[in-house]
Amino acid sequence: MDLQIALLLGQDGITNGAIYALLSLALVLVFAVTRVIFIPQGEFVAFGALTLASFQAGKVPGTLWLLIGAGIAVAVVDLRAVLGRSRQRRRIFSILGWNLVYPVVLAILIHLAKPGELPLAAQVILALALVVPLGPMTYRLAFQPLAEASVLVLLIVAVGVHFALVGLGLLFFGAEGSRTPAFSDGSLTLGSLTVGAQTLWVLGSSLTLIVVLAFFFERTIYGKALRATAMNRTGARLMGISTVMAGKLSFLLASLIGAFSGVLIAPITTVYYDTGFLIGLKGFVGAIVGALSSYPLAALGALLVGLLEAFSSFWASAFKEVIVFTLIIPVLVWLSLTTHQVEEEE
Amino acid sequence: MGATAAVPVLEISDLCVSYGKVEALHHAGLRVGQGQIVTVIGPNGAGKTTMLSAIMGLLPRSRGRICFQGVDLDGAEVEDMVAHGVNLVPESRALFGEMSVEDNLLLGAFSRHRSGLRDQAQTMEEVFRVFPRLKERRSQHAGTLSGGERQMLALARALMAKPKLLMLDEPSLGLAPLIVRDIFRVIGALKATGVSILLVEQNARAALQVADYAYVLETGEIALEGPSRELIDDPKVVESYLGLGGKR
Repeated sequence: MDLQIALLLGQDGITNGAIYALLSLALVLVFAVTRVIFIPQGEFVAFGALTLASFQAGKVPGTLWLLIGAGIAVAVVDLRAVLGRSRQRRRIFSILGWNLVYPVVLAILIHLAKPGELPLAAQVILALALVVPLGPMTYRLAFQPLAEASVLVLLIVAVGVHFALVGLGLLFFGAEGSRTPAFSDGSLTLGSLTVGAQTLWVLGSSLTLIVVLAFFFERTIYGKALRATAMNRTGARLMGISTVMAGKLSFLLASLIGAFSGVLIAPITTVYYDTGFLIGLKGFVGAIVGALSSYPLAALGALLVGLLEAFSSFWASAFKEVIVFTLIIPVLVWLSLTTHQVEEEE
Repeated sequence: MGATAAVPVLEISDLCVSYGKVEALHHAGLRVGQGQIVTVIGPNGAGKTTMLSAIMGLLPRSRGRICFQGVDLDGAEVEDMVAHGVNLVPESRALFGEMSVEDNLLLGAFSRHRSGLRDQAQTMEEVFRVFPRLKERRSQHAGTLSGGERQMLALARALMAKPKLLMLDEPSLGLAPLIVRDIFRVIGALKATGVSILLVEQNARAALQVADYAYVLETGEIALEGPSRELIDDPKVVESYLGLGGKR
């Protein structure tokens, strides 16, 4: 290997690592707040990328029907819960608005605007508007009724949701992979290293998103409320921070991060309906390095995963995935030797 | 004013709570009048914490009515209670240990923030006036505070919500006597600000001295009630809860 190749692999590794880092942050967040190990994270990556690709092919993405269907299901469940209790009548408007009116307005917009002819930025925003609300809806339908269940039960449900979403992905987008054009053309040459424009987009956007998230958690009251729920669920409830609100908010952030990552990687890799799973799992390895609790360690771990993947694809490309996932074993051994067993809350 | 004074801040009646098949609270009832300090004393395991948790909505109630300022709040969840102006400082304090004192206080006002009120900075100054010690430690992590400071922070955090009814579960638990005296001085002073207080204590003497009215809870039932001034001299209370030195 010469320097040229090492630089190339390093660039590749950091680019993928940045995406894994974003996903690992989402996984840590969702686990800390809701104790759900969010296996379906990767499906949001695939849905984001494939929804954007559908727009560009001039098709109506199937995720629109999923959003409408999930919206109806959430509205039914929420209305049943609210109608039994007179105190919450005022919530009816917000339930109907978010779950029924919003998807329908989006559907009308997509049919009128012909997304295939819109500029790329508008397509990206539309794709995110379609996919991101699926996160909190997933929480409402699959996890909120089980809020008091054990981590293992929540994990099993998460696996079930993952399979359901992968199946729906195949139904909506077919078995064919898609790739979208780069956000901008051109490249940057630094000495002997040439960096593609999309790589810069990925790195810049990931960094920006990480900074925005850090600001959200450190400086805003809702960010602090999420951290408070992660630290002490009962204490947070006593402040009026509802566990349901915190759960929905963390799933919203996770699906935003997932769908946005999908949009970012769609120009550099062909995305299939089931591509998200492996990407999400690599984010998970990163999150494990951070013991599912430390954001900076998770991000560093994810970056390490990206680099390890890039270099092992050069030396032993057939064993690339094996090498990456084997990383989890020494980390788990290290964690089990150094951390004290913490009893599950309550 | 006369009419509102007649409506108690909190009135519960026939409250029952069960853990599985075991009933921990039987048909308990009590009232807290406007601006009153009411205490519930009783031995360990009598159901005092259970009662507060059930009023707050942390535990499911198997039966009973909860009336807050004349409004029926049966089946209300914790978040509803907070929104109505009821706050609980639990025995565990339930602080956010890895957050600064200031952030803990800010989150105390979360419910007010959600309903669009933005007077947190001013409220925090008021709270710092009551607890100057917390102002000195405002940027320190809550987890690094001493036991007394933690209890002060838990109290201060609840005050950030500007509660109409403050429920305190064993505020003196595990604290040195000098600090207990401080805490009870603050509780007594809170009365002047118009907040009503429901105080659960094992330290019966301190509780009876600060309270207007008292209930004695034994094995899940209200065994005795009366103005604190009378209970403090009641031979039964003196014998069971105050010991020989009870009459000072």
